[in-house]
Amino acid sequence: MEVTQVLLSAQAVDSTVRKHAEETLNQFQEQNLPGFLLSLSGELASDEKPVESRKLAGLILKNALDAKEQHRKYELVQRWLSLDVAVKSQIKVCLLQTLSSPVPDARSTASQVIAKVAGIELPKKQWPELIGSLLTNINQVPPHVKQATLETLGYMCEEVVPEVVDQDQVNKILTAVVQGMNANEGNNEVRLAATQALYNALGFAQANFSNDMERNYIMRVVCEASLSPEVKIRQAAFECLVSIGSIYYEKLASYIQDIFNITSKAVREDVEPVALQAIEFWSSICDEEIDILDEYGGDFTADSEVPCYYFVKQALPALVPMLLETLLKQEEDQDQDESAWNLAMAGGTCLGLVARTVGDDIVPLVMPFIEENITKPDWRQREAATYAFGSILEGPSPDKLMPIVNVALNFMLSALTKDPSSHVKDTTAWTLGRIFEFLHGSTVETPIITPANCQQIITVLLQSMEDAPNVAEKACGAIYFLAQGYEDVDSSSPLTPYFQAIVQSLLIATHREDAGESRLRTAAYETLNEVVRCSTDETTHLILELAQVIMRELHKSLEAQKLSSDEKEKQNELQGLLCGCLQVIIQKLGASDGTKFAFLQYADQIMNLFLRVFASRSATVHEEAMLAIGALAYTTGPDFTKYMPEFYKYLEMGLQNFEEYQVCAVTVGVMGDICRALEDKILPYCDGIMTQLLKDLSSNQLHRSVKPPIFSCFGDIALAIGENFEKYLMYVMPMLQSAAELSAHTSGADDEMIEYTNLLRNGILEAYSGILQGFKNSPKTQLLIPYAPHILQFLDIIYMKKDMDDVVMKTAIGVLGDLADTLGSNAGSLIQQSQSSKEFLNDCLSSDDHLIKESAEWAKLAITRAISV
Amino acid sequence: MHHHSHGVTSPPPPPPQQTQSTYKPQWPTDTPRVGFFTHLQSNPAAAERSINRWLHTISVRPFKRPAISDQQKRRDISLQRQAQNRRDAQHQARCLASTILSLQPAQYEPAEPDHQLELELELGLELQSEIECEEQRQDLRDIDDVRQASRLKGAEARRWFAKQLMLPEWMIDVPERLNTDWYVFARPAGKRCFVVSSNGTTISRLRNGSMLHRFPSALPNGARTSNNSNSGQSYCILDCIFHEPDQTYYVIDMVCWAGMSLYECTTEFRFFWLNSKLVETGACNAPSTYHKFRFSTIPIYNCDHEGLNVAYTGPVPYVKDGLLFCNKHAHYQSGNTPLMLVWKDENCSQYVIDTDGKGQVPNQQQVVLELLVDGKLATSDDPPVIFGCLNGDFIQKRKRILHYLGKPNRARPFADSYSKVVFQYTVRHSPLRIEHIYASISLSSEEGNKISDLDMAG
Repeated sequence: MEVTQVLLSAQAVDSTVRKHAEETLNQFQEQNLPGFLLSLSGELASDEKPVESRKLAGLILKNALDAKEQHRKYELVQRWLSLDVAVKSQIKVCLLQTLSSPVPDARSTASQVIAKVAGIELPKKQWPELIGSLLTNINQVPPHVKQATLETLGYMCEEVVPEVVDQDQVNKILTAVVQGMNANEGNNEVRLAATQALYNALGFAQANFSNDMERNYIMRVVCEASLSPEVKIRQAAFECLVSIGSIYYEKLASYIQDIFNITSKAVREDVEPVALQAIEFWSSICDEEIDILDEYGGDFTADSEVPCYYFVKQALPALVPMLLETLLKQEEDQDQDESAWNLAMAGGTCLGLVARTVGDDIVPLVMPFIEENITKPDWRQREAATYAFGSILEGPSPDKLMPIVNVALNFMLSALTKDPSSHVKDTTAWTLGRIFEFLHGSTVETPIITPANCQQIITVLLQSMEDAPNVAEKACGAIYFLAQGYEDVDSSSPLTPYFQAIVQSLLIATHREDAGESRLRTAAYETLNEVVRCSTDETTHLILELAQVIMRELHKSLEAQKLSSDEKEKQNELQGLLCGCLQVIIQKLGASDGTKFAFLQYADQIMNLFLRVFASRSATVHEEAMLAIGALAYTTGPDFTKYMPEFYKYLEMGLQNFEEYQVCAVTVGVMGDICRALEDKILPYCDGIMTQLLKDLSSNQLHRSVKPPIFSCFGDIALAIGENFEKYLMYVMPMLQSAAELSAHTSGADDEMIEYTNLLRNGILEAYSGILQGFKNSPKTQLLIPYAPHILQFLDIIYMKKDMDDVVMKTAIGVLGDLADTLGSNAGSLIQQSQSSKEFLNDCLSSDDHLIKESAEWAKLAITRAISV
Repeated sequence: MHHHSHGVTSPPPPPPQQTQSTYKPQWPTDTPRVGFFTHLQSNPAAAERSINRWLHTISVRPFKRPAISDQQKRRDISLQRQAQNRRDAQHQARCLASTILSLQPAQYEPAEPDHQLELELELGLELQSEIECEEQRQDLRDIDDVRQASRLKGAEARRWFAKQLMLPEWMIDVPERLNTDWYVFARPAGKRCFVVSSNGTTISRLRNGSMLHRFPSALPNGARTSNNSNSGQSYCILDCIFHEPDQTYYVIDMVCWAGMSLYECTTEFRFFWLNSKLVETGACNAPSTYHKFRFSTIPIYNCDHEGLNVAYTGPVPYVKDGLLFCNKHAHYQSGNTPLMLVWKDENCSQYVIDTDGKGQVPNQQQVVLELLVDGKLATSDDPPVIFGCLNGDFIQKRKRILHYLGKPNRARPFADSYSKVVFQYTVRHSPLRIEHIYASISLSSEEGNKISDLDMAG
């Protein structure tokens, strides 16, 4: 088949032409996959063909090898592996051949496809000759081929995990890459491709970094590249340095002085993209040291895998002045630009990290800068001084900061009212927020906010809420942390006298014409939420009033019609915020019996509003409304039944929302709330819900993160409807079993996978737990007996794998108890025979984790009973 | 790698800024023109990664922003709440039902305390009180788990708890395998009671269900203290003897602990649990603001020769009132049980022979029996042992042995058990002596040597 024309048509502007071409390609793929892939690879390899069709051919090839969704990806991998070897090798020949093409787009596309194939085949020990054939003659080939080869190596290193490439090949790759980076490499494109490839290959260089000689060489080449005349190369080299800083922190001691010189020169003299990376190097060193010191836990004798070399502390006297200089390089409009990222911002961020790393030591180094600049006529100097002050508020001890803050507070309050510069006011309000965030609250011994200054602080902040949107937004933030500091007060909050005024000002801020700028409206609602969360019983009546206000707002927003698309978007955003606010209010008022009943008189009204909100198309709005409904169900309890007939369709809709999977995830969570509220009254809706949940699980489209909560939801439903769950067993149990098998045999390749596996296991176990408990004391208990061996086997396997997190451990030991509790002597003997139950139980009994221990004690009781019956 | 060794050399000064070359990095844009089939859509994650590879370090650091958005916070709070609610629901399910007490309609429904009569009691029963009791019994039957029971108040609680204590039979002959299957300990003299901690308070109730003390304690959920992390579900029920002289609750058994029922657990396990858990809570510490009475465990011995000897003669910090023998494999059950036995003689108890209301030993043995609807007089055993029938004929025939003495003390809810009647009888005539028990142990331990030691699994 002649694919060129079809591939071109598939990119046509005319949608009928395009559709037809897509269908043709689809048919071709379905009828003859090997032929399809061969044609595509041939198309990509042929220099006769137009670049557009070659690119698309490569892209389709790539997409035939990989997908975002885990299951789909797995299918594609299996499909490729089962292809005829001859076909695969022919495709691979075409791909490798394309790397020599004079057309850059073709080369680049091919290198990505090669990386995908490598990602599938290298872990299976297939295509062993790949790296060898890429590297043959690397020094003899023309520069464009060399560049494409290095790029391919870079992509490949991104696709595969280091374990699948043996050291010998790693050595070859690194040799080629480092040679390509070398200063005597005449071709800049080659040198850039090599530097970028090194960035991905660094993870493979563990052994090489342990060897002094090789490490020295790599470091020298990276440092040299960081001085290349070519900006892109310098930037890529600094990115390598940043990455080395985090991967090989413990190997940096002998280079840190040189790196400091290079980075500080770049920060002071180089173009912004490079200077930003140079600052980022120090930020990432701070990240490392913060983590290490965190593990030390303040106890310097404690163990950490990596020792702290205190690079930041050593560099402090030179590092801090360098960062302070950057603070003076603000851009005029940076406060209005959401995506702005410049030297001053990066420098201040790094300064904040340095403060967290070294604590008190930073204070004397920064104070002179603040004192010198804070009253200067140039706004840049005042802003830089304020920003410096705000940046160092997290890290140093309250003892060190308190005297300074007490003096500064008045100055800040006055600057916030009087400073002519909006920049300065913005940073001042932000700094006040930081003061409250870190130095105000129940843990701080001497309060910053006293009866004497409380009123003044609040007056100034409320005034600032009328300032420019960016300033008002920061003032909201300051109130947010001011309220948060009182979250632990028992019955009486110092904010109570100002509660009404604060709420009023926040509501006014939400109504400002320009509330859409600098996310002011969002900040105002978020602050309102925090003020509500942290309020005490003294202001309950005001929150009830607020509930009505917010409901009116939501009603008003729902009434608005004939909106432009821009207005529609704003309306959606507002509805989301209002639902979020109502959610917080419901939770607050629902938390105690006294307020709950007062609030419940509005339940019907509020539920009506939520149902109307679902008419909106926005995912965020659906998510917020769902969350609020969950809170409502929790508060109303069984009374929620009356809303089910109307609400059900939206529940179903949420569960069907594969595309906006967060909505689906939130809906699944709310299902749990509803199960617990309705208990067996949910029964009439279960057929529909279960069908939908089972569909969700089988779907390849649904984001995998939603699947563990769906399993948990099975448990919620089973617990709610008890033995009525019987009819779903034949669907649910096999699904749980196969998911359990999958999760039991997944080896955690990376942290993300380990985390997901744990989530999945927890979901599966929660399902088992709910089902077992749901059937307890029912005559139908015996239906579960056949599943018991498998459940125990699953527990055995995950216990022996030793990679459970605490949450899974707690759930797992609970399931062991549930088995014994529900199945009694039927499970007792199985448990006694199981390989590791006893050991597992003992492990959990001696756990430090309170919840694990509690579950284990319960399980022990249940097992003892089951055995002694 | 084969290359030369170089240290990191001081790099040359950076060259002057040059104009950017026209070269653009070849990260191909993945997305073809609009509307290619959805399943072929490029991998956005990978594309994002490719882009972020060169931007990643720039976009991740928030500027003048809290680390977490309020929306995320709301989501997190919701998830936490849902997880907590799920935990609570599970916990509740786990504590439910498996702890059903023996409140199923018994084959034989014992009469309420009010129906109890000593032989001299006038026979007229008030119809009204009978109906009332019927209703109450109905209510109580709905309470099918101790969690609910722990929340009962007032009269209901009284009635419920009056039925729950496990009551020892009196040892009228020595059980077999005493040395292997039984524990022994010296019973403190005092008021037998249930101690219930829940909802931040602790209440002790006497055998008849009436309240002895309401007080804060260090038991789980036994006081309103801020560091009490137990959920509302958490509660404890302990079987205790309140010992007046040192104002201490001696815990002789554990029925529920931290929301978990130990009914249906063996004595062996309950004692193990009791001894490991009670001290952990600080309940055995000296009284303080949040802990009004001291609790104490009791040294419990295997009932071999040595154990019996220590229990019988060894010093204890309390006034002894006989020895209690507990079968290791027994579950906790309400009412009389032959798997817990009490025995006493003058060496280990001041009250071997029952005293009357004035503390005097009466000349004749007194017995409290229950008057059944059909006029029969029964012991508190289940099934009851019928000692006679309140009709003229019975009274005539047995007049020599049984005498009506009057209404029992209202605080005594139960008729005597058969074993008590017999024990009291033998005490007056030919008591079971400690030597008999020692002898029985020696005898069975000889036999026991032959039998392989069967121990409990688990």
